[in-house]
Amino acid sequence: MARKTTQTRKALTTVAAWSIGFLIFFPILWTVLMSFHSEGDAIKGPFAMLASPWTFESYGEVQHRSNYALHFWNSVVISFGSTLAALVIAIPAAWAMAFVPGRRTKDLLMWMLSTKMMPSVGVLIPMYLMFRDFGLLDTRSGLVAVLTLINLPIVVWMLYTYFKEIPGEILEAARMDGASLRSEILHVLTPMAVPGIASTVLLNVILAWNEAFWTLQLTTSDAAPLTQFIASYSSPEGLFYAKLSAASTMAIAPILILGWFSQKQLVRGLTFGAVK
Amino acid sequence: MTITVRALLGACAVTALGCAVSAETITVATVNNGDMIRMQGLMEDFNAKHPDITVEWVTLEENVLRQKVTTDIATKGGQFDVLTIGTYEVPIWGKQGWLLSLNDLPAEWDAADLLPAIAGGLTVDGNLYAAPFYGESSMVMYRTDLMEKAGLTMPEAPTWADIKAAAAAMTDKDNEIYGICLRGKAGWGENMAFLTAMSNSFGAKWFDEAWTPQFDQQPWKDTLAFYLDLMTNYGPPGASNNGFNENLALFQSGKCGMWIDATVAASFVTGKDSTVAEHVGFALAPDNGLGKRGNWLWAWSLAIPAGTQKEAAAKTFVAWATSKEYLALVAAKEGWANVPPGTRASLYANPEYQTVPFAKMTLDSINSADPTHPTVDPVPYVGVQFVAIPEFQGLGTAVGQQLSAALAGTMTADEALAAAQALTVTEMTKAGYIK
Amino acid sequence: MATKASRTAARAMVSPAVILLLGWMIVPLAMTLYFSFLRYNLLNPTQGGFAGFDNYYYFLTNPAFFQALTNTLTLVLGVLVITVFGGIGLALLLDQPIWGQGVVRVLVIAPFFVMPTVSALVWKNMFMNPVNGMFAHMAKAMGLQPYDFLAHAPLASIIVIVAWQWLPFSTLILLTALQSLDREQQEAAEMDGASVFNRFVYLTVPHLTRAVTVVILIQTIFLLSVFAEILVTTNGGPGTASTNISYLVYAQSLLNYDVGGGSAGGIIAVILANIVAFFVMRMIGKNLDA
Repeated sequence: MARKTTQTRKALTTVAAWSIGFLIFFPILWTVLMSFHSEGDAIKGPFAMLASPWTFESYGEVQHRSNYALHFWNSVVISFGSTLAALVIAIPAAWAMAFVPGRRTKDLLMWMLSTKMMPSVGVLIPMYLMFRDFGLLDTRSGLVAVLTLINLPIVVWMLYTYFKEIPGEILEAARMDGASLRSEILHVLTPMAVPGIASTVLLNVILAWNEAFWTLQLTTSDAAPLTQFIASYSSPEGLFYAKLSAASTMAIAPILILGWFSQKQLVRGLTFGAVK
Repeated sequence: MTITVRALLGACAVTALGCAVSAETITVATVNNGDMIRMQGLMEDFNAKHPDITVEWVTLEENVLRQKVTTDIATKGGQFDVLTIGTYEVPIWGKQGWLLSLNDLPAEWDAADLLPAIAGGLTVDGNLYAAPFYGESSMVMYRTDLMEKAGLTMPEAPTWADIKAAAAAMTDKDNEIYGICLRGKAGWGENMAFLTAMSNSFGAKWFDEAWTPQFDQQPWKDTLAFYLDLMTNYGPPGASNNGFNENLALFQSGKCGMWIDATVAASFVTGKDSTVAEHVGFALAPDNGLGKRGNWLWAWSLAIPAGTQKEAAAKTFVAWATSKEYLALVAAKEGWANVPPGTRASLYANPEYQTVPFAKMTLDSINSADPTHPTVDPVPYVGVQFVAIPEFQGLGTAVGQQLSAALAGTMTADEALAAAQALTVTEMTKAGYIK
Repeated sequence: MATKASRTAARAMVSPAVILLLGWMIVPLAMTLYFSFLRYNLLNPTQGGFAGFDNYYYFLTNPAFFQALTNTLTLVLGVLVITVFGGIGLALLLDQPIWGQGVVRVLVIAPFFVMPTVSALVWKNMFMNPVNGMFAHMAKAMGLQPYDFLAHAPLASIIVIVAWQWLPFSTLILLTALQSLDREQQEAAEMDGASVFNRFVYLTVPHLTRAVTVVILIQTIFLLSVFAEILVTTNGGPGTASTNISYLVYAQSLLNYDVGGGSAGGIIAVILANIVAFFVMRMIGKNLDA
């Protein structure tokens, strides 16, 4: 009897969870479906569209018009490059804050986070002028630098919350054994922090991949990532739903797939010290 | 790894000189409109003729493009060698000395062949600062089958009263047929292009000769009242978000009786994506008997920023893209109806092009627009659907938002005009026009 | 525990991050501050000179300013309410034993990976468009008049779009927090006859407080500067119905090309963001022992 109720209950919750999951996912699914139909069919309404013939023509057209490989590669370089650079700067900082906290550590951390609240649009013109003067316009290195700084506070904070969870006694023990600061970080701390670092990397790659203000403003062609690729398909003259869908699918697919495959690591990383 | 990189760098240094001579890359910023996309497909011809020039395209949505190009040229960022800009930007930027004069394009390019109304809008102090790629005015596109069903005929030069009568007769909301589709999306190049041009035919103007904003005057009230009446009674739902594209999709799918918009739309509504291609008629933009019609004038043009390092290559490209030969190339590959319209007199003299149904109406519309005398009363500015001052982009968009709100019903017409007047006075005072 | 030497070392390790962030904050900010006192229109180089506080005066007296302020707060609060309550609900649901939990979780987190521009374009065109969008087709199929979301409820529509993007984030954090809940304690309470409701209020809710705080903090940072979604869907309109502070600054500096006015707006936005930051940080400070 009891077993039966739990089974029924499980069935009901399963149905509920799947329905909600499907609803949340539906906009993405619909975009993918629409990308496989012709422009004329895409606006006919849901059932008429699904019944109409499937075609790759939108993908063909997008492929023909844009250099997808270049934009994709730029996105990869920029998002991974900026994340790694941020990591290099953030690991020592987070280590120090976690294990040698001072009176001002918390304020420092909060201040770092508050720099993210600055509206980017407000400083565009000064940034553009600086980029021009340093010859950084339309370069991947320029964008990597900007996105490193944008994500740095989040990286520092995420790492800080991990490092704090590492028991101090282990470090004490290592220190007793005469380990230097360098080897303390390298051999004791880093292995323990690997899961945390992995999830930090993932989250920041996602944030950098999707950053759509600086990437659009500071690049033109050579360094333009996928955000710019999308901007050439939004609202042109004429029907554009199918082509926009195809371009959108191509822009989000890589990060979506990466996210899905690594979701276990990501989930661990998204705690931000919220779990205690 | 390091060795490879170093080897590559070395190779680069050696060939760098040779590279610069043998292949020059120019960056062309353009808008993602159909005619420009088509040009990208025809680049083989250019590459064959000029193997030493590589063209890199930056194709963007109009608003993003305009903003990027403006930021770049005003800060002298130097990211582009050829810019796609419109009739609004050219005189302002030309006057600032931001563009190279194109007076020295080769003789066979034939500057004298350009339509005078179009070329006039791109010339400052005798210098042609941009080469027109395609030109457009606005006109009435209507459904001949629906007009016939309603027992009406469209005059070749209708009045606004004719338009209203036709809209009322064709509207059939149960079957999703809306008598008239007009722009409602806020933006100086969206609803304000239409409304400013329309207001000219109602005797309204943006500024009087002392640069005093005129939104508190009767002609603007009449214009807006007429527009709102048309759109709320005979227009499609969601019109306050409809720009050129949205209306095009509506018209192509058979949901509009009439559409007053850019002449370039003609090739789309009679093209392969259109379900009503067989039943489209054309007429001049309407008037009110005051001597001005509600049509605008615009030309997407190619300009070269001053300070480019690749002047010669950029000029070669501009000359190719706006030449008579390019028109012939498009005609040979895609048919005469797809040729970029509205720039050259020779195109309209071509008997083959004259068979295109919208050719004559496009030319008549372009010729009837007068950017230097756009309004019934004299005004201190140039421009039919815009005011050629730097402040207009922001101003036009801000006013457009108010009028769009009136269309959405979140404001009354009077509130919207009062808000438009107030913000225009503030901006113009701030910019020093009003002392 | 910390010796003097380790303190010095710690300072040395923190300083690169601090110096970089300081530079990143101060250099553009100083330039912005300088521009904000100039008459500087990108399109009109002939105009120039010192403007005093004119730019600030015009920005603050702009009728759109007050609305932008309330819109910013409405947007942040609206999205927070939806994502926190929706996230708790979803997390509780996903925490139950269900078949295919992994797949459902994959479906639920998907929106987080979508670029803001793409999600705004998709919602605007494929769903909310009153003629060709999915909702319009559904309304017509049911014999209803399609509702024009972006014209008649622009801010609410944007809140929905942004909430859709952030719901996965809050759900994941809350789910992780739930999963760390002490099962034994739960079962003990159940044995003692505590009702489902009481268990939720006295055990689950206190346990989740910390996670909720984190969700609020992180999301506030991102929500204060929502911009792409507004640009793509409504352009801040109709009127200024969906203009927030970020968008107003954008309109000033990149539609008007009024760098002076835009910079003044930028400075005001930074000040406002810091006020919000101050309150959020106080609130967090209590819940997060750093």
